[in-house]
Amino acid sequence: MLARQFDALLAAADSDDGIDFDGLHVAHESDGGYTFATPEHEATGLSESELHAHADGSPYVTNWYFWEREVQRHESPRRAFLRHAEAADDHGVHERYDALADGMVTEWGQLRIEATLADAAGDATPADGSRRYDVRHVDDADHPVEELERYDDPLEARELSKHDDDGMYRPLKTGTNMPTGWAFHDLDWRDAVETVETLYPATVANWYREREGRLDIDHWTDTTDRQTGIYGIVSELPREAVEWVAEAACDDSQCVKRREWQYDEGDDLAADGGTGAFPCREPCSLVIAAARRWTKLEEEEPREYTFHLTPSEKDQIEGVIDAVADGRVDEIREADVYEDANRYRTRYLRAKLFDDHGNLGSVPTDPEEGHDHDDHDDHDDHDDHDDHDDHDDHDDHDDHDDE
Amino acid sequence: MSQALVIVAHGSHLNPGSSAPTYDHADTIRAAGAFDEVRTGFWKEEPSLREVLRTCEADEVYVVPMFISEGYFTEQVIPRELRLDDWDVADWDSDGLSADVATYTAEDTGQTVHYCGPVGTHESMTDVLVRRAESVTNDPDVGEGFGFAVVGHGTERNENSAKAIEYHADRVRDMDRFDEVQALYMDEEPEVDDVTDYFTAEDVVVVPLFISDGFHTQEDIPEDMGLTDDYRTGYDVPAAVDGHRIWYAGAVGTESLMADVVLERAADAGADVSAAIESVRETTRVAPGADD
Ligand code: SF4
Repeated sequence: MLARQFDALLAAADSDDGIDFDGLHVAHESDGGYTFATPEHEATGLSESELHAHADGSPYVTNWYFWEREVQRHESPRRAFLRHAEAADDHGVHERYDALADGMVTEWGQLRIEATLADAAGDATPADGSRRYDVRHVDDADHPVEELERYDDPLEARELSKHDDDGMYRPLKTGTNMPTGWAFHDLDWRDAVETVETLYPATVANWYREREGRLDIDHWTDTTDRQTGIYGIVSELPREAVEWVAEAACDDSQCVKRREWQYDEGDDLAADGGTGAFPCREPCSLVIAAARRWTKLEEEEPREYTFHLTPSEKDQIEGVIDAVADGRVDEIREADVYEDANRYRTRYLRAKLFDDHGNLGSVPTDPEEGHDHDDHDDHDDHDDHDDHDDHDDHDDHDDHDDE
Repeated sequence: MSQALVIVAHGSHLNPGSSAPTYDHADTIRAAGAFDEVRTGFWKEEPSLREVLRTCEADEVYVVPMFISEGYFTEQVIPRELRLDDWDVADWDSDGLSADVATYTAEDTGQTVHYCGPVGTHESMTDVLVRRAESVTNDPDVGEGFGFAVVGHGTERNENSAKAIEYHADRVRDMDRFDEVQALYMDEEPEVDDVTDYFTAEDVVVVPLFISDGFHTQEDIPEDMGLTDDYRTGYDVPAAVDGHRIWYAGAVGTESLMADVVLERAADAGADVSAAIESVRETTRVAPGADD
């Protein structure tokens, strides 16, 4: 216990309410003596120096000081999150201090947050109950911190999480492609929450609201009905397609948030919402932008095409789609010709089944208009260009005008 | 009562650099220490405009849009997404250039939100355009012998966007610092393609009034002006075009003095930031001959 901690304890004991926190009870009684009580022990009628003797070395005191004099912020998401990181509502102070000595781990999406107690820095500076935190990728749990790239400024989390391990831009901060190989180590409580909130913005706030029973969910219909500009059409996406949107984008394999939004209040989607630690309260901008594309694509009527495929070719096409959808293409070894999405296998299939215009089985995509596949390609490119968010928003009178 | 600054910007799902200027200016302001919290929120990134307010602990929040002009974003998207339910564009009482601030209670968080006009139409933005010219020429006294062009979209999609360009071009002209000043547009006359037709000065600084570098400022404009045939190969600064030297500055929004405009917006809305404004002006200055 530090001198200032005892001073704070005295001041709080002298105040009207005294202290009643996490099992610690301290009061200045009307008879002039102090009471110092913990679940294990109670002493009354203490002088100031006797109170000091009881308080010194008591984890209850440093624990009180940490929460009530440092973190404070009652009824706030940050405090609740930090309490959660040491399961403070479930465990008494002794038990927690023992566990913190070994490190208490919370998984938060792909993050691993470990809370510990700050060490005493020699006899002159006894352990003061302040907590230290380590934040890193769950997959790096077993790495000694020296092997990881170390950071200490939470703002650096913006840059480091911008790209995945393959160097690709991550448009969704809660995508399951958080890069590995780094650690924010030995953070204080402020920087710990700040780091988590930088890597996964607003997740602490929304988790807290959910705990408090006041998560403000905006379902698919709420969210799409309020869209304007180029996103106004998204509300026209058929309900069954919204299932596919949720399955495509919000699955645990793609996003660490737990999807709590449904099609509408009382009209749940069948797609699995996932098991994430924190909720998703409305379709995100990435999903809305993708859904705009799907809305346009779903405006097309199906047509009947006739192709002749061997059973293995049909299987292979399915296998290629699976491999792309599951992001496995890069893992397929060059010579593994048993994999449907193997590059040689796929090139062979293309050589066999595509004509010079890139049409599968020589069947034109648009037989009536006599468009060959090249035209179709051009058309697609044009659309893609239009649909680039930064460009197309502009083309469609949404975004860039005033940016 | 604690006060927070929230800078809101467009962001991008495709371009990782889109958020960079917003982050940079937020960092500058954070370092100046005028606000208890400085946060950023985006239309296309996270925290979203929808959820940025709940990332602030402060009860009082100054929201400054990193947008060039008043229009669809500042008038519809941002207030709606921030849940400023009582928002009425008439509260800004603006002629398209003069939006300053309107104050509301955010419906979901209960915070008091001072919703400011966009950075692009603030008068101090003129200083940033000039500062950009200083930066790109690496000359804090640039002006004499130089032409100056401000580039924007035309009126086609947003009348106010052209108003902002004209406004700043007029203000730069009134400084009497550059030999010639011209507003140029991407999709109407006078067109940026013909930049050299509009200047007699051999040296011309061209500054696009855009928030971040992207498709328009890095691909379209350099190619349109003939700085390069293919943006991917880059271009020289200055680049020789038709007997002129074009000093193409890229998006003005990346200039560090932009942080000052953000602060000015908050100050106009009542935030106590005068000390920070001084410090930001000082720290973002172009040192004579500095090589950055
Ligand atoms: S809408 Fe889906 S993909 Fe987007 S953040 Fe929520 S759960 Fe993740």
